[in-house]
Amino acid sequence: MSVEELVPRGEGQAHRTAYDDETRARLAADAAQIVARYPQERSALLPMLHLVQAEDGYVSPRGIAFCAATLGLTTAEVSAVATFYTQYKRHPNGDYTVGVCTNTLCAVMGGDAIWEHLCEHTGVGHDETTPDGKVTLERVECNAACDYAPVVMVNWEFLDNQTPQSAAAVVDALRAGEKVVPTRGADEVVTFKEMSRVLAGFLDGRADEGVGAGEATVRGTVLAREKGWSAPAFPGDEPATGTGAQAAAGAAVPRPGDEQSSAERPATTARDVSPEQQERKQAASDAKEQ
Amino acid sequence: MATTLAPVLSAHWDAERSWTMETYEAHGGYRGLRRALDMQPADLVTMVKDSGLRGRGGAGFPTGMKWGFLPAPDGGPRYLVVNADESEPGTCKDIPLMMASPQHLIEGVIITSFAIGCHHAFIYVRGEVVHVYRRLLRAVEEAYAKGYLGKDILGSGYDLELTVHAGAGAYICGEETALLDSLEGLRGQPRLKPPFPAVAGLYARPTVVNNVESVASVPGIVVGGADWFKQMGTERSTGHGLFSLSGHVTRPGQYEAPLGITLRELLDMAGGMRGGRALKFWTPGGSSTPIFTAEHLDVPLDYESVGAAGSMLGTRALQIFDETTSVVRAVTRWIEFYKHESCGKCTPCREGTFWLAQIMQRLERGQGTAADIDLLLDLCDNILGRAFCALGDGATSPVTSAIQYFREEFEAGCHTPADVLFPPERSALFDYTPRRTGAALAGVHA
Repeated sequence: MSVEELVPRGEGQAHRTAYDDETRARLAADAAQIVARYPQERSALLPMLHLVQAEDGYVSPRGIAFCAATLGLTTAEVSAVATFYTQYKRHPNGDYTVGVCTNTLCAVMGGDAIWEHLCEHTGVGHDETTPDGKVTLERVECNAACDYAPVVMVNWEFLDNQTPQSAAAVVDALRAGEKVVPTRGADEVVTFKEMSRVLAGFLDGRADEGVGAGEATVRGTVLAREKGWSAPAFPGDEPATGTGAQAAAGAAVPRPGDEQSSAERPATTARDVSPEQQERKQAASDAKEQ
Repeated sequence: MATTLAPVLSAHWDAERSWTMETYEAHGGYRGLRRALDMQPADLVTMVKDSGLRGRGGAGFPTGMKWGFLPAPDGGPRYLVVNADESEPGTCKDIPLMMASPQHLIEGVIITSFAIGCHHAFIYVRGEVVHVYRRLLRAVEEAYAKGYLGKDILGSGYDLELTVHAGAGAYICGEETALLDSLEGLRGQPRLKPPFPAVAGLYARPTVVNNVESVASVPGIVVGGADWFKQMGTERSTGHGLFSLSGHVTRPGQYEAPLGITLRELLDMAGGMRGGRALKFWTPGGSSTPIFTAEHLDVPLDYESVGAAGSMLGTRALQIFDETTSVVRAVTRWIEFYKHESCGKCTPCREGTFWLAQIMQRLERGQGTAADIDLLLDLCDNILGRAFCALGDGATSPVTSAIQYFREEFEAGCHTPADVLFPPERSALFDYTPRRTGAALAGVHA
């Protein structure tokens, strides 16, 4: 390991050591709300560290001191926790974290190419921030959206099915101060500090924005309805002659030719489930999709 | 007859504003809670035991039995903690469930808490999904407003508080005791067991830790009964489960089906392999489960059959790779993940994943040595069963299984870089020209 050169900190580079009275009072009120959620106050530490990031854009020394003082811990105990979790930043973060999934599946599907392109496009690498302070690049691990690979996260909102070009366009838009809309998320990507406040458990009024599910999420749901497949009906529920498909769909009677119209009759005889019949049904469904 | 899909949790994910209380109730939501509150808690536990529901978070432990392990009430608090830290590579079912239909989980939490005598439940959701956290917080608000949470729920005299807690980025917190430490405000490192959480869990009190999908399956069991649930699946792997198809498949996505469906059937529903290419390898349940190949297309995806075929059902995270993919590159990246996420508490995992990564990286560069395959296997032998928790065990799965099925690719790693044998641009979904070699990229992620 190389010995870092000692460079005196210039003005504005030094960590601030305390909050002014007004900020401190505001944070204390937030912290009190967080602590009240738990039977034991130490459980408030993770959300409080998110709160510190909402204030300072990273886990600052004064934020660590604030957490320690609030929860009766030493700053060493708080630091030990803050250094364990990757979402806590040890130095000031950009306004937007752009995280490219480079775990195996996304990497193979194109995540590596996106990562290479973004590094070249921005001139920064992992956990580095563009000189304008806007974008921090990160390689991230699997973010539970593998059916939308390759995935890019912007301040932990999903941008699905990305390409090097689409991801670079997002970075450019963020740096230009333009609105970026996640694929499955709020109506726009909020800043790192705003996002961190949500993670501290304070809703920002955006829960009802965006879609319920993306295309890949509902593929099984839609396919089952097209095919008339369903789970068994609950006993006592109106049985839809066998499989309960229509009841489960909870929809009005379909018009001829629509989804779930006559072609979706549940199987009643052996002939209904013969390979020939399955093929005919598939052909009919395919025709309807066009 | 071929197995078909059986959407239960996913039945209304495409409904208008699917995530709201209004939509959930319009589709029969909260019937289970009303029924449950009229039952004896012990009968609910019995019902879930009888249903055969097994943990959907990977291990497959019977859910009702887990509830039954709690000691007799002693007047002190007991807790339910929902593990919503979904982070296993390939696993992508709980996050979309909570985004599309969070009330399914909330109703399950209330019923489960009532069944085990818990008055303060927690949902621990990973922090890297801010919109899912918003949806959960809002869903809890709606449930309080309807009187499904709080004091005297629906006039039953039963009280329950529910806290949704966001993590901060650590795969290890999916391990249930690490999750509890994290929820207590500590570094997320696993605890020595015993005592198990049922005896001394959160705040050293009796605690049930259940996966999102397991808990969300409970309302359906209460409405339909154990026998309804057992109509689906196999004798010992009952019920419905979300199968998450990803990778080189034409239509990746969530397919909810009875346990015991095969990958061949699922692939057929998903439009087959991308561009008609051949299937090379796949994971049945995330990266911690030994890989399968095309010879396993007809293995029924239930706990017993997958186990008998040499892997684990895990989280039903079917990551599918076609013939263009280098297995050495895939395994290297997985190992780098385990190295990155190893919590450092125990030596076999902390040191072992570090060594595995170094060896895999040189094999990917085509600079392996003749002894490297044996060295990998020896290392795995010293991690598996010797690590503190399942993370270390899981790290060995891709290595040993990939060597078992693709030994010649590891041997080729002694002289030819993986990206020469398998140009990465052929595996990607879009056309591009690699700027630098994968070998140069390997190891960037320290």
